[in-house]
Amino acid sequence: MTTRIDTRFAELKKDGRSAFVTFVMAGDPDPATSLEIVKALPKAGADVIELGMPFTDPMADGPSIQAAGLRALKLGMTLKKTLDLVRDFREVDNATPIVLMGYYNPIYIYGVDKFLGDAKSAGIDGLIIVDLPPEEDDELCLPAMKAGLNFIRLATPTTDDKRLPAVLANTSGFVYYVAITGITGAAAADATAVSAAVARIKRHTQLPVCVGFGIRTPESARAIASHANGAVVGTALVDALKNSLDAEGRATGKTVNAVAELAVSLAQGVKGAQQAAE
Amino acid sequence: MNIAKPNSYRSGPDERGHFGIFGGRFVAETLMPLILDLEKAYTAAKADPAFQAEMDGYLKNYVGRPSPLYFAERLTEHLGGAKIYLKREELNHTGSHKVNNVLGQIMLARRMGKKRIIAETGAGQHGVATATLCARFGLECVVYMGAVDVERQQPNVIRMAMLGATVHPVQSGTRTLKDAMNEALRDWVTNVHNTFYCIGTVAGPHPYPTLVRDFQSIIGSETRTQMQEVEGRLPDSLIACIGGGSNAMGLFHPFLDDPSVEIFGVEAAGHGLTQLHAASIAGGRPGVLHGNRTYLLMDADGQIQDAHSISAGLDYPGIGPEHSWLHEVGRVNYLSATDEEALAAFQLLSKLEGIIPALEPAHAIAKVMELAPKRPRDHLMVVNLSGRGDKDVPQVGDILKGKSK
Repeated sequence: MTTRIDTRFAELKKDGRSAFVTFVMAGDPDPATSLEIVKALPKAGADVIELGMPFTDPMADGPSIQAAGLRALKLGMTLKKTLDLVRDFREVDNATPIVLMGYYNPIYIYGVDKFLGDAKSAGIDGLIIVDLPPEEDDELCLPAMKAGLNFIRLATPTTDDKRLPAVLANTSGFVYYVAITGITGAAAADATAVSAAVARIKRHTQLPVCVGFGIRTPESARAIASHANGAVVGTALVDALKNSLDAEGRATGKTVNAVAELAVSLAQGVKGAQQAAE
Repeated sequence: MNIAKPNSYRSGPDERGHFGIFGGRFVAETLMPLILDLEKAYTAAKADPAFQAEMDGYLKNYVGRPSPLYFAERLTEHLGGAKIYLKREELNHTGSHKVNNVLGQIMLARRMGKKRIIAETGAGQHGVATATLCARFGLECVVYMGAVDVERQQPNVIRMAMLGATVHPVQSGTRTLKDAMNEALRDWVTNVHNTFYCIGTVAGPHPYPTLVRDFQSIIGSETRTQMQEVEGRLPDSLIACIGGGSNAMGLFHPFLDDPSVEIFGVEAAGHGLTQLHAASIAGGRPGVLHGNRTYLLMDADGQIQDAHSISAGLDYPGIGPEHSWLHEVGRVNYLSATDEEALAAFQLLSKLEGIIPALEPAHAIAKVMELAPKRPRDHLMVVNLSGRGDKDVPQVGDILKGKSK
């Protein structure tokens, strides 16, 4: 089955460029503004959108993304409302792939089968669940594949050649390489090390490899995108959003633009990579 | 619930780390290779007689084991029922049962060549035990502790600093044990190449619930031997407090296959089960957090809820996965005690036996006060006195002063 993600990466390949993958938190800072931000991202150059599912205890995320999740939860964001947000987005955009990223517990509580059905019908294309390694594939990965959703696995610097096949076995859509051992928004990704890691993963799979964690600027996005099939930016966008809020943490007239403008410049960085590579 | 009873309650977990549906390995990929290494290292250590011999030496001469099994004569007279014995884990070096597990994990860390140790702590007892053994073996020690707990457990914060550990007050979330565990996991993800995460309770990803249980099982094994020596038979009931549940698991595990032994775990009911509390089994349901599936306090959307207990050591929204399983198969009876009940028990034990307990085991004593009078005089009841109350003296002092005003 060809998914929106497959289609998008095939198009990008034809155009000879890498994907600009954006991460924002669903419902941050409020559900209505969040929908406007997600709608603005494809126009700003996002090829794939990762949408965070807010969780109280995001143990692999840094302070920025944790705070974004807590802002969203405070105003009543739920997993069901996250699916609603995607359904609303699909009314205006049926091409941009949407990948939900987060932790397993809210899905487990929602009910795996019900969640997969609702996610598929809402227009979600893939899942990245940080705390479900291949050892727990029975939980969600295998049912998701059956339901026609891509399950995108994280590979990390600690995933050695011996382990990579297990990590890649049930992965589809793309592989998400975590450029650093650490949490989101921490150290800067090193393009040389990333280049070697991407080449290593490519020896094991035909799937596109996107790289995230530690990419904040158009320059680093360009450097990473020249070595990978995609560059993922999250914390920098979440920080731009946060800096646009008023003293009470509410959205202002600047909020949607603050995220979109940064996305535009990051997208230019990624597009620059294509020129550099050619 | 209709669940098949196993042939043995002691054989878990299965090879994937599951106790029934509980347990497992729900962690970020970055940590998986290390967790698999740890499992291998632990399997090898268990099979190596030199490992156990070295542990035994430190347990005897450094920790001060075996801890006594003490007949609490005045408490027994006062309650007028079961014969109450206290397993004196509070007499261990560092003042609680925590040291048993930390010693084991530090020995493992040394075998694995790790020089940097991180830990999370609630009341600070696990942090103090970790800081102590890191000092003993010359290892770097970093302890994550919720900022609220840093405030209410000052004596232990000072002790950790004296022992050379770095204590990081955690400001995120509810600023208690749950958030300390999140921060410790973040540190581990970041420094996975040189760092060993010394988990303080029977929770977390497999193999932690197993290895912590195994290291703590010395409590129950000694109790078996000691009770045979004193009374010539097994105890009739066991009782211990539960936050994550390591002291309880340590006491219970060697007795799980003895059907004549009634077993009680006591969760913290805080202000009461309909208000803020930390009783995951009484007030929670199965979910996934901190690397394992277990009973958790959460809202309808799967968001983790704040726990509350007067005792920082019990103030956690989850419980070890093996306890969740023992609850579902009905082998252990889980009860709960409120802040008020624990405070009353704290004072009773202090005045009757000259033993000031930590607020954690005071929860177990509170249920002893309820259960013992209903049992016959030949009933042998063992309560795990998991920690001493030095750390709680300022906090309880303030509460009692506030009451007398």
